[in-house]
Amino acid sequence: MTLQNQRQGLYDPRFERDGCGIGAIVNMRGERTHTVVRQALMILQNLRHRGATGYDAETGDGAGIILQKPHDFLLEIAEGSGISLPAASDYAVGMVFLPTEESQQQTIWDTFQSQTERVGLEWLGTRVVPVDPSVLGEAASAVQPAVFQIFIGRGSARDELAFNRSLYLARRLSEKIIGAQIGGANESFHVASLSVSTIVYKGMLLPEQVSSYYVDLTDPRLTSALAAVHSRFSTNTFPAWRLAHPFRWLCHNGEINTIRGNVNWFRAREVSLANELFGEFAEELRPLIRADQSDSACLDDAVELLVLTGRSVDEALRLLVPEAWQKNSFLDQARRAHCEYNATLMEPWDGPAALCFTDGVKLGVALDRSGLRPCRYTVTTDDTVILASEAGVLQVPADRVKVWGKLRPGEMMLIDTKQHRIISDFDLKSEAAAKFDYVGWAERHITQLEPRDPQISAENILELSRQQAAFAYTREELSMVLASIAQSGDELVTSMGDDTPLAILSQRSRLLFDYLKQQFAQVTNPPIDPLREDMVMSLTMYLGTKGNLAAPPSSSALLVKIESPILTPGELDSLERIPALKTCKLSTLFSPATGVAGMRMALCELVDDAVKQVRCGAALVVLSDRGVDAAHAAIPSVLAVSAVHHELVKLGLRTRADIIIETGEARSPHHFACLIGYGAAAVVPYLALASIQGLFANGDLAATLTYDSAVKSFLKGSQKGLLKIMSKMGITTLQSYCGAQIFEALGLSPQLVDDFFPGTSSRLAGLTFDDLARETIGRHRQSFDRSRPSEELPLPGGFIHYRFGGEQHAWSPEAIAKLQQATATGSFAAYADFSKLANAEMAAPTALRHLLTPLKQRTKVDLAAVEPAAEIVKRFTTGAMSLGAISQESHEALAIAMNRIGGKSNTGEGGEDPARFQPESPTLSRNSAIKQVASGRFGVTVHYLTNADEIQIKIAQGAKPGEGGQLPGHKVDQQIAKLRHSTPGVQLISPPPHHDIYSIEDLAQLIFDLKSANPRARVSVKLVSEAGIGAVAVGVAKAGADKILVAGDNGGTGASPLSSIKHAGAPWEVGLAEVHQTLLVNRLRDRVVIETDGQLRTGRDVVIAAALGADEFGFSTAPLIVQGCIMMRKCHLNTCPVGIATQDPVLRKRFSGKPEHVINYFFFVAEEVRTWMADLGITSFADLVGRTDLIGQRRVEGPGKARHLDLSPLLHKPQLTPKFTKRSGGYAPDTYDDSLVQQCRPALDDRTPVVLSRRINNARRATGTLLSGEVARRYGADGLPDNSITLRFEGIAGQSFGAFLAPGITANLIGAANDYVGKGLSGGRIVIIPPKQAQFIDDVPVVIGNTTLYGATSGSIYAAGAAGERFAVRNSGAFAVVEGVGDHGCEYMTGGVVVVLGAVGRNFAAGMSGGVAYVLDTDGLFHLRLNPGLVETSRLSVAGDEADVALLRQMIHRHISHTQSARAQAIMTNWEWHVAKFVKISPKSDGASASKKSVRVKSTKRSVGHEVQSHV
Amino acid sequence: MSDPMGFLEIARQKTAYRPVNERVKDWDYVGPKTLPLEQNLQQAKRCMDCGVPFCQSDYGCPVHNVIPEWNSLVGSGRWEEALKKLHATNNFPEFTGFLCPAPCENACVLNRDNQPVTIREIELAIIERGFEAGLVKPQAPREERRERVAIVGSGPAGLAAAQELRRRGFQVRVFDKGQKPGGLLRYGIPDFKMAKYVIDRRIEQMQAEGVEFSLGMSVGTDVSINDLQRDFDAVLLAVGAEAARDLPIPGRDLAGVHLAMDYLTVQNRVLSGEITSAAINAAGKRVAVIGGGDTASDCIGTARRQGAAAIYEFSLLPKPGDERGRETPWPLVPLTLKVSHAHEEGCERLFGVMTTGFSGQDGKVSQLHAVQCETKDGQLIKKAGTEFSLDVDLVLLAIGFVGADAKIASVTPGLVQRPNGTLAGDVNGMTSLPGVFVAGDARRGASLIVWAIAEGRRAADSIERYLHR
Repeated sequence: MTLQNQRQGLYDPRFERDGCGIGAIVNMRGERTHTVVRQALMILQNLRHRGATGYDAETGDGAGIILQKPHDFLLEIAEGSGISLPAASDYAVGMVFLPTEESQQQTIWDTFQSQTERVGLEWLGTRVVPVDPSVLGEAASAVQPAVFQIFIGRGSARDELAFNRSLYLARRLSEKIIGAQIGGANESFHVASLSVSTIVYKGMLLPEQVSSYYVDLTDPRLTSALAAVHSRFSTNTFPAWRLAHPFRWLCHNGEINTIRGNVNWFRAREVSLANELFGEFAEELRPLIRADQSDSACLDDAVELLVLTGRSVDEALRLLVPEAWQKNSFLDQARRAHCEYNATLMEPWDGPAALCFTDGVKLGVALDRSGLRPCRYTVTTDDTVILASEAGVLQVPADRVKVWGKLRPGEMMLIDTKQHRIISDFDLKSEAAAKFDYVGWAERHITQLEPRDPQISAENILELSRQQAAFAYTREELSMVLASIAQSGDELVTSMGDDTPLAILSQRSRLLFDYLKQQFAQVTNPPIDPLREDMVMSLTMYLGTKGNLAAPPSSSALLVKIESPILTPGELDSLERIPALKTCKLSTLFSPATGVAGMRMALCELVDDAVKQVRCGAALVVLSDRGVDAAHAAIPSVLAVSAVHHELVKLGLRTRADIIIETGEARSPHHFACLIGYGAAAVVPYLALASIQGLFANGDLAATLTYDSAVKSFLKGSQKGLLKIMSKMGITTLQSYCGAQIFEALGLSPQLVDDFFPGTSSRLAGLTFDDLARETIGRHRQSFDRSRPSEELPLPGGFIHYRFGGEQHAWSPEAIAKLQQATATGSFAAYADFSKLANAEMAAPTALRHLLTPLKQRTKVDLAAVEPAAEIVKRFTTGAMSLGAISQESHEALAIAMNRIGGKSNTGEGGEDPARFQPESPTLSRNSAIKQVASGRFGVTVHYLTNADEIQIKIAQGAKPGEGGQLPGHKVDQQIAKLRHSTPGVQLISPPPHHDIYSIEDLAQLIFDLKSANPRARVSVKLVSEAGIGAVAVGVAKAGADKILVAGDNGGTGASPLSSIKHAGAPWEVGLAEVHQTLLVNRLRDRVVIETDGQLRTGRDVVIAAALGADEFGFSTAPLIVQGCIMMRKCHLNTCPVGIATQDPVLRKRFSGKPEHVINYFFFVAEEVRTWMADLGITSFADLVGRTDLIGQRRVEGPGKARHLDLSPLLHKPQLTPKFTKRSGGYAPDTYDDSLVQQCRPALDDRTPVVLSRRINNARRATGTLLSGEVARRYGADGLPDNSITLRFEGIAGQSFGAFLAPGITANLIGAANDYVGKGLSGGRIVIIPPKQAQFIDDVPVVIGNTTLYGATSGSIYAAGAAGERFAVRNSGAFAVVEGVGDHGCEYMTGGVVVVLGAVGRNFAAGMSGGVAYVLDTDGLFHLRLNPGLVETSRLSVAGDEADVALLRQMIHRHISHTQSARAQAIMTNWEWHVAKFVKISPKSDGASASKKSVRVKSTKRSVGHEVQSHV
Repeated sequence: MSDPMGFLEIARQKTAYRPVNERVKDWDYVGPKTLPLEQNLQQAKRCMDCGVPFCQSDYGCPVHNVIPEWNSLVGSGRWEEALKKLHATNNFPEFTGFLCPAPCENACVLNRDNQPVTIREIELAIIERGFEAGLVKPQAPREERRERVAIVGSGPAGLAAAQELRRRGFQVRVFDKGQKPGGLLRYGIPDFKMAKYVIDRRIEQMQAEGVEFSLGMSVGTDVSINDLQRDFDAVLLAVGAEAARDLPIPGRDLAGVHLAMDYLTVQNRVLSGEITSAAINAAGKRVAVIGGGDTASDCIGTARRQGAAAIYEFSLLPKPGDERGRETPWPLVPLTLKVSHAHEEGCERLFGVMTTGFSGQDGKVSQLHAVQCETKDGQLIKKAGTEFSLDVDLVLLAIGFVGADAKIASVTPGLVQRPNGTLAGDVNGMTSLPGVFVAGDARRGASLIVWAIAEGRRAADSIERYLHR
């Protein structure tokens, strides 16, 4: 349609993501009125801030509405078009987007009509839908379709289901034919809805444009009893009309992470499904789910098909998006069995989701299992239900409110306009579970595989060391990696990133796994914490032939349930012995003598055999590479698995059988993830187990271990690692992960990917099948070369530590020594030697940039004319390394150096001592210009924020994208604990996600919050390079960020599990180029600065990065090397011998770095940049940015694999692109908040107390934050005296109410608030009271949304109602009283006091390492809702716990005085009786998380009783 | 497993030599009679298992010993496995264990604070314990190959190549002009630094493995390289860099002025019984040793044991400092003052002194004439008016070597000797004569034993590739 919409360079529209707001309104009595429509449109407008616009402010990302089919209205207007409609149930209405060209329209109508009649329906006619194009923005206008309504009569269809199936047929057949008839039909022909009962009006519109564009919607004759609306936030500025929601059945807020797998699995099922449903048309229809559309559209397709099987829409969604049932102890047997039955039919469509759906009679809403999108609802006294992503989207007079509620994770709610009732989650699911004897079914058809003692399977592998070598084991891997996991049950943790080459650049033979990089969630959806939120995670798989979606529960074959996909040989043996499960075993070996052709032939035969076996009834295909010897080599396991999997999918056979791979290759979580991600249901790592046996026999494992326990540790560690890999993509169940292909290929040819890994993104061409075969065979030959003694095998390795003769490291001893020599002695000549080494001029390339080269120009400029180094160094930053990760000496030396040269240092995720905020002298400032805001929010106070030049939101970091960090207890000394508001000696956990960023609209909100706190700072967002980062960057730019930092995968100074360091993310070169190009194509490049980092070391690196699009440059490892780091990779052990990555006072004394050395380094780099600039004919650095024409790909000599790489996509320069000129900044403070500041002048200027009263609504966000910034700027961390500013609000507050509220401010709200109340609370007080007039029928109304007090450091909150999920998450000092909380309460809490006077949700206190909580255990089942990992509990007694009881009593008293809560008063009137019902939750006193080595840190557990005196 | 805190909890401890007054009375090893294994085990725990082990890099160990790996094994008492790892990269760890100046310890990360791991001593402990425990046994070749290789020279380079090639199945014969194999190792190194049995037991092992020795054969005189080329499939010249640097100043030809190596060789041959008395003997004499290196120290120690009346050491360069200079930051090798055990045993050290001549009576040296000098702009300049003379009876010139003995090149057409005295070879160490390789000091000039071993191992690889081309 437009040039921009096509793939070019690294820009690929298929990576588009979206987020949004949803809302709905239902008249429960089923009364159809126009008011419902009008109110729904009002809701839509009030969700505007959750949507977005692109470069064209008048074009929205999409908005729309779904209604009941307005029969009366249609009857009248159809008559006007000469169509006479039959009774309401006898016709369907469709909304259709057509090309504007009339001849094309005619063709389409002809086809549509003939297909309609072909399936036995009656074509009644079409109507032009009246629209007002003048409201459209330029971009929307350019692609505006013609909008028609079509009317189709029931014809020969007997019943509703048959009618619906025929409508589906008519539509799908037309789509397919029209798609072939006119090019680009997918874009210009779209059936937005075609239904007997509903109709959809939508488009590329802003929320307020919907009603003005579609004239029908303002027609009072148009009525409905229910309506759902949607406002979209796309990560693309070229959203399409058809991608607007609602779809035909649902609208979706969130993202399906497993979409690729889900679509493939649907393909595997569609043969049987289509045959069952559509008989003769089956072949014509496929594929049933189009892959070239958004995840939400795919989900809608799936719902539609399930509805056509006879399921209700809610049933369909429960099957597709099930709750987390496996570990829920509150479910009864029938419901569990129902869930399990569904699980055997369909893997979950996994990801954040708030889904609103309707069939025209019932309207429902459902949340994903983790509850990652919000949904609040109000029920009024006149039986209207309003539900939306936010509370307050429709103003309801307080006296008409009956219920304020919210949906919980995994819950579904249905409003039935026929039954005139709300069907609760419990009723809905219990009723469904009772429809069939699922318990009996499960007993008959599911059997559990019993784990078998590993000892039994201990075996003798012939020529172990040669087999190990053939599978590319190394000695380092055996002694470090395998031994570590076998001993500790945890994957090896190491630090300082990865400085070895990509597999495609390596001179060594690498496994195919190494070419596949794990993808991870960033911004548009959150990663999950698999440890703390284990309750939603599952590794369970069901092996065998799966049931048919279209058929009722059958007496189909047996399914075997396994709790983990990693099986021992003994367990495989057990499986193979199950008679009801027909198993076939196929060898993946081939004769290496037959060479490349032989491997190809063997693979083809393998695939054919597998197909044959499945056709003959095999339910389990075991692929095995056992028996490798001199005459037998193994096909790379993931190649074999993927080839077989995809062929079975293609032939519709995949659900008939599962694939198990028995391989010597697999031994790390990454390997298991690859194999399962490409279709294996289970893996048998026989050689890994044999290798453990070998280690054991050699005495390489601790003497205390047995072989048995070592194997168990290995299995446990591998499972944990696998969960981590899934969860970093936000995927919770292995069933969904299986076949989901969450990988990016780096260095494989397009042909190889298309043939064997179809659908995997691969941006740079590399190895062909033949190259891969040669690499495999070559390694095999060397391993079985008899002239090499087997004792020399396997090879030494050097993939982690530098080893002579092992893998290359960019930080070789020579590079380290040269750089230290250069910067310590101030010798540019020595730096030049370093630079030569580092730029790989003397050695093989280790990074993509080494394959790129600046192209010296004929028109050189004089070096003297080039911008001076003193200017260039201002573009340099140092990386986000927290004080805590590195020592104070190192941290401050970096800050001093960067301040002196005008660059920027970064606090990292650890807060900063306020003493550093003010410069000591004009040349000495220890203040970090960049203040980081990461998921742990350590030390993020309003004072901290106001002292930043730049606030950096760290979404991900190169060493471990998608994972949270951990600061081990032994690094948390007094000072660190003070800055982070935590307890010395206790480990600190950063959650994997920001709990206030689960989506792009959340990020926009956080940016808004931070800019409110400090409007002068620019806000940057740190992302890690991966396929699709460009789309994310566009979203980030649209969300209002000033700068985007693209981090490479291999930098990272922090500690991280090995498989994250090595296998997650992509190099910055690719990510940077993709971001730059995608922003250009989307015309947003002018709005943001781009920075890149990840092992930048030399001026040449800077020049290449600038040419690829970077304005600024981050350095971390190199400055540490300059400070004396010698890449010990011991950062996580606190034993850094050079005093950098340690808090040990003895070791810190060894620190020898000087700011001058760092300054020397940056000037050397800048000088090198200048010489390149002179050669390139560039005088001003700004002119270098984006000049891909000034660099080219270098030919690499020698036998390496690098010559296969094609880097031309990096050098693509989009055409028709604006030159970036302006920096928009973009932030305008909310005038509402601005006026608060103005009216509080007396308090701000001279502390005169101010009291203000205001009305408030949900569009008013971050209320009080701007004001708090002003307080902090004037009065520092201490703020104003208590009660200096009292703000009284009435209404429903928007998100982030009271965020970063400063001391001295009280925000009083009568009404309710949305998500993120008291985020980063910094000393202020928040009081929330539901309106007295309300007629609540529940005793505890929901008055607060999700994620309250996230990262709060001090202050208090009192709420006379319940809050949502993750109350007080990562609270480190605030005091709170609330009357109920949702799931995950007090998660990661490190300080403060929380009192809950009502029910709590599940997983309370997960990861809580500090502070204390008191919960009123109303039903005596609190222990089932507790996550006991880090905490201990005790019942309070008046006699025994005086300090606790006094504190609790005091807080409840305060609660009453602030809120007049009736509930609290009732508790106080019967105090003694209630006290005994309180459970105290506090961190385990044995300091389970504190390390034994932390003797140097004295634990100072703070007295809670003392502290309350000082709180306000 | 290495202990990450070991270096903080365990202090560096070197093994003490025997007391001076005891050790100067004999020719035995200066160190203790038995090695302190427990101490070495503890010391091994100081190894940090660095992410970048500089000790095994080119800054550290030329044979790239896997130092962290065997330190870790020693630290947990697994001596036998440590020995395997050690032998995997170094054929003769006892030679380096006794004699190596240990660049690995200079490059050790802990040497940033002058407290490196005692790597050399641990190495010695591993191998000596191995010998004691009978773990060092002959290793038969995995398969026999018919190709024959002649190795000229039985210093560490020649021996390392011989052992490697033999173990790979080649038929190896070692030629040496000496009565016993070992070259300078045997004839140049005094017993108090390393006893001769250390060499003998290795030779026994090699003989048992099938290496043949032709001793007392001077290649170039008794047999020509052409002969070897004819009788063997490959030839390795590991003839060392025995041409000593001389000091052509007035009085050089007086009796009592000797090259250090002549002096040391004589004493070694006396001790081994090859000859009965030392023609050059320091007993009762005033001895001047000119030169400040290891050879000079060997002369000092020898002279002390022979009963010299006084010993002077003359170094041309000014006295170096005790601290690492700013211009040679770690891991570069700094120029600092070294005090050898011979120095400890007593001698007067003079720095910044240039010897200008000798004078004597009856053709015998009796005085040494010298002047003090200083360095200016990298040039050595005599300080006017600082001339002095010293009464001496014996002068030993220990001022280095200038390459391979020139004779072998002169009698071998086509063998190229470079201006610096080394024999020219290509990247694989092959000379311009087909199948004739060169390794060790002969190729790279006088250097460390560990370099010689590294050279010998690389030559073995080259020769194997050559024979299997």
